[in-house]
Amino acid sequence: MFDHDISAQLIEQVNQAITDKHCLYIHGARSKQFYGNPIEMEHRLDVSPHSGIVDYQPSELVVTVRAGTKLIELEKLLIAEGQILPFEPPIHTENSTIGGVVAAGLSGPRRPFSGAVRDHILGVEMINGRGEVVRFGGQVMKNVAGYDISRLMAGSLGSLGVLLNISIKLIPAPKQEVTLAIEANSQQAMTLFNQWRPTPLPISASCFYEDCLYIRLSGGVKAVESFSQRIDGDILPSAEGFWQAIRNQKHEFFDTLDKPLWRLSLPPATPALRRFESDTLIEWNGAQYWLYSNAPTNIIRDIASKHGGHATLYIGDRPGVNYFHPLPSVSIMIQKRLKQNLDPHGIFSSGRLYKDF
Amino acid sequence: MEEPTKIQSKLISKFSEFLDEEAILSDADELRPYECDGLSAYRKTPLLVVLPCTIEAVQKIMAICMRFGIPVVARGAGTGLSGGALPHEQGIILSLARFDKIIDINADHFTARVQPGVRNLSISTAASSYGLYYAPDPSSQIACSIGGNVAENSGGVHCLKYGLTLHNVMEITLVTAKGELLTVGSPALDTPGYDLLSLMTGSEGMLAIIVEVLVKLLPQADEKQLIMVSFDKIETASHAVSAIISSGIIPAGLEMMDRLAIQAAESFAHAGYPTDVDAILLCELDGSKEDVSEQIEIVQRILTKGGAVDIRIAKTAEEQAKLWQGRKSAFPAVGRISPDYYCMDGTIPRHQLAHVLESMNQLSKQYDLPIANVFHAGDGNLHPLILYDANKGELEKAEKLGADILSLCIEVGGTITGEHGVGHEKLDQMCIQFSTQEIQQFHAIKSSFDPHELLNPGKAIPTLHRCAEFGAMHVHHGKLPHSDIPRF
Ligand SMILES: Cc1cc2nc3c(=O)[nH]c(=O)nc-3n(C[C@H](O)[C@H](O)[C@H](O)COP(=O)(O)OP(=O)(O)OC[C@H]3O[C@@H](n4cnc5c(N)ncnc54)[C@H](O)[C@@H]3O)c2cc1C
Repeated sequence: MFDHDISAQLIEQVNQAITDKHCLYIHGARSKQFYGNPIEMEHRLDVSPHSGIVDYQPSELVVTVRAGTKLIELEKLLIAEGQILPFEPPIHTENSTIGGVVAAGLSGPRRPFSGAVRDHILGVEMINGRGEVVRFGGQVMKNVAGYDISRLMAGSLGSLGVLLNISIKLIPAPKQEVTLAIEANSQQAMTLFNQWRPTPLPISASCFYEDCLYIRLSGGVKAVESFSQRIDGDILPSAEGFWQAIRNQKHEFFDTLDKPLWRLSLPPATPALRRFESDTLIEWNGAQYWLYSNAPTNIIRDIASKHGGHATLYIGDRPGVNYFHPLPSVSIMIQKRLKQNLDPHGIFSSGRLYKDF
Repeated sequence: MEEPTKIQSKLISKFSEFLDEEAILSDADELRPYECDGLSAYRKTPLLVVLPCTIEAVQKIMAICMRFGIPVVARGAGTGLSGGALPHEQGIILSLARFDKIIDINADHFTARVQPGVRNLSISTAASSYGLYYAPDPSSQIACSIGGNVAENSGGVHCLKYGLTLHNVMEITLVTAKGELLTVGSPALDTPGYDLLSLMTGSEGMLAIIVEVLVKLLPQADEKQLIMVSFDKIETASHAVSAIISSGIIPAGLEMMDRLAIQAAESFAHAGYPTDVDAILLCELDGSKEDVSEQIEIVQRILTKGGAVDIRIAKTAEEQAKLWQGRKSAFPAVGRISPDYYCMDGTIPRHQLAHVLESMNQLSKQYDLPIANVFHAGDGNLHPLILYDANKGELEKAEKLGADILSLCIEVGGTITGEHGVGHEKLDQMCIQFSTQEIQQFHAIKSSFDPHELLNPGKAIPTLHRCAEFGAMHVHHGKLPHSDIPRF
């Protein structure tokens, strides 16, 4: 893979923004432009040319990569060494970048079983709100020197700085994967999840859609074989394509365009939400619901809150509605101060997460 | 500045309005146990120690301290090894020891809601009747508190596979410097807004007081095997560590001990370690029976090829427990063979293990102080224990040797602390690891939570003045460090 370092140029643009007092919309392939509250996009900072591998030693299970590197290329490199990104992030387009998924904090089907984006960030190099290049964390597994600023960057949607390089912890690719399809209704699916939870069943992804439960088992050859025989279901032949479609939100479920798409994140053993039987796709063993609904925002959010979770308006246009679940005032106040202190000139997109910061 | 005694009596009268008598300690005798934490080389006496047992009381204490500008140092069990809970002479110690209840174990969601003073091990003990446990297991787990674990982002033997405290905590309830209640994280797998959960974990009592924690529980593994491997060279053992990880197997734990540590642990715990080898590895594999049996074969093959002189697989659960017991009591065991020891905590990339262990051996000779190594090899997290005798005036020499070891860790691309925190102890090394701009960014975080610097002031993040005085050589992009600060 070629290596292209444009950090000098990016720093210059950040400093220009400080001088001119204008706000920068940081982006990679712009494949997640739909995500979050709409913001000012006049001045753009395109990180996508900043790409390449800074360091990769497979025996360390760590890769350090420039933020603009395409996910597709990164994954190709990793799989050749028998390793994968543990959080299986969505790849919205072939140009989607690693910086983009880290900034958006999005994780895919493997999330409940091997962790989220933030869990695997070991370190970052970034341009901060003063136009300085700073590094936090590192390439080692354990590091508690200073506050964990690198993980704070995950999900900050470009509002705290420009990610230049990211060090990510990897996992070995499973030796074997099998997907089973089981006929079930949503209640039965939840019951199965609860039955499986305490067992060593090596689930690495699950999806419930239209009265069918799909589970992917990953691990050693013997284990996957023996467990798949113990489950009453059919082996899905085109499993790879199925999970790619789920992961990248390209499955037919995601084709609906006439209703807003909500993402509900709920505690793992939440009972099936009866209110939302149709127009749903459930992942993460019941902890993530995708839901098309015209129901009023407050109803959807109340249901999520009641169960201890939250609801994000993932795709849709609802004027006046905050895309992310409301937060308590103390939390908003602190996050606002954080934003002000880390971006004192207010040059990184404000308002994409919450209107206050 | 008012006289200490005057402030003390003012605070006592304020606190007495809502705390009972036993919850306020002010006599010299009562304060003595709080003078230091697990790093006893540093000692200070606080104005007062308060031991509240309700969240409301913590809120009131913070509000009062805010009003009078009194520094507050939170304290869990006081087992910290970096002086994080070292008192402030003009401040109070806020002990969370009476917050010792497990509020709820949720066997459906696999979570436990606990108060911060609950001991690490007691969570797993309480969860065991449901077949569950809390994974992070610091060697100090019978004593240390979960609040302290969160504040330090503590690790343990099983963090290689199951993650650090950070990966096993879902939600934290905190009291801010102003006395407000703040919840970060949630029982769901993610939370909207900035990831304050990451920021709070490992924040060393600098950002807010932890008053409740929701931790993740895991089902106990079906199968567990422990292998003890002996090597006649530490270098061979180091390479074996990388070889195992490279093979695509993540052991539940992968620990190394060198000759001195083995001998100390063996004579203390009688774990059954061979005392005539240069290094042993303890490698635990867990999971389903199928996976474990597959992995154990692969690991044995790697070890044999990698030059192990002996491979022993523990036959019973008792034998496993005994082998682990030796490892977990290695620190106190070393404490028996030397009047004092100083424990370092650098982390390095795994492939540097052999090089760094050899360099430390050289340093040990140079300073004429023995070093015992017992550490989390799979994570590259070193714990060199420097043996010294304070009565012979060797403390300063031991500190210098420790500082050299940490510089070595930074040099090879590592960090000065993997799990014990910066605390009071490693402030100078922070100046080596971070640039002025980076340290400023840390201060910006601190002031977002605690603008008046009342929470554990002076710890974890050095002032820029201190770095200038220390004159550390953090060379960042070819520039001299802290060149913008006047030097004295
Ligand atoms: C023999 C021995 C073995 C050890 N082994 C390990 C190990 O394997 N892995 C490891 O990571 N550590 C280890 N440690 C270090 C120590 O046990 C851990 O750092 C532990 O997490 C400290 O917990 P504590 O309750 O004793 O905290 P304390 O020492 O009381 O405090 C530690 C820090 O946390 C802050 N703090 C404590 N409670 C709160 C709270 N409620 N809110 C806000 N801040 C708070 C304090 O201000 C201080 O900065 C070991 C220590 C000893 C003595």
